[in-house]
Amino acid sequence: MPVYSARVLVSLRPSVLDPAGEATRAAASRLGVDGISKLRIGKAVEVELDAPNAQAAREQLELLSDRLLANPVIENWTLELKDDASAGA
Amino acid sequence: MTLGVVVFPGSNCDRDVQWAAQGCLGIETRFLWHEERDLSGLDAVVIPGGFSYGDYLRCGAIARFAPLLQEVAAFAKKGGRVLGICNGFQVLTEMGLLPGALTRNEKLHFICEPTDLRVEPGSCSWLQGYNSGEVVNFPIAHGEGRYQADPELLQSLEDNGQVVLRYVRNPNGSVGDVAGLTNSQGNVLGLMPHPERACDSATGGVDGRRLLASLLG
Repeated sequence: MPVYSARVLVSLRPSVLDPAGEATRAAASRLGVDGISKLRIGKAVEVELDAPNAQAAREQLELLSDRLLANPVIENWTLELKDDASAGA
Repeated sequence: MTLGVVVFPGSNCDRDVQWAAQGCLGIETRFLWHEERDLSGLDAVVIPGGFSYGDYLRCGAIARFAPLLQEVAAFAKKGGRVLGICNGFQVLTEMGLLPGALTRNEKLHFICEPTDLRVEPGSCSWLQGYNSGEVVNFPIAHGEGRYQADPELLQSLEDNGQVVLRYVRNPNGSVGDVAGLTNSQGNVLGLMPHPERACDSATGGVDGRRLLASLLG
């Protein structure tokens, strides 16, 4: 079965305060990096999945993202699925 | 009356709940390991505080899939009484038994201090020992207790009387000063403060006793 590689990016919804992002932004200005108008922290989750085809892989990854990796109440997610299955690589 | 106390890898208030219920109030308790499925003979279930499964991914996100919690969800849906304290409240929101989510405290600090709460018991079965508008003091101890709900959801919770516990002085940035919520049936309660740590006069007051004593009818 081909192996599919994917990356799921999870970010806080724009309406949800990101205190860790705000703290990091404050530190950036102490470092001397000024002019940052937005800094929000999320997660990147790298996944490798065995699936019969790309469509099946996508369905499984969407379920995973929506039901486990992200909490849709407070987070958005995007899925990057590499189309060409790198079988055995 | 037997109270089940859920134990995950990483729970750390399970024994506090047992002390409060059994030691202070004489309510029989039984620990429920997360891989169990047997809730027979239980009248109520507590999901205690701690760091279930290390709180990896998000607080409560992995706990939701524990075999035991599939049974707890069914128990709650049948009207069984379920109490989620701190991490237990986070778990209840991840399970969808209570709406909204709990996120990082506004000022990022882990806050550990006695906290005044205003109680509006409404139809919440756990809070019938308190008067409407009464102010009680329970300790809080959390880093991710900022309740988050969009304005429409918050309004519907207010309209339905589900915001049963509110911070008098909001410590963490929760919307609507929400410290605790009940479901529409009133059998499920989730709260960030720790009533089980307010059951013994030797260790910080007894305002929490009436919450667990509600089990005695």
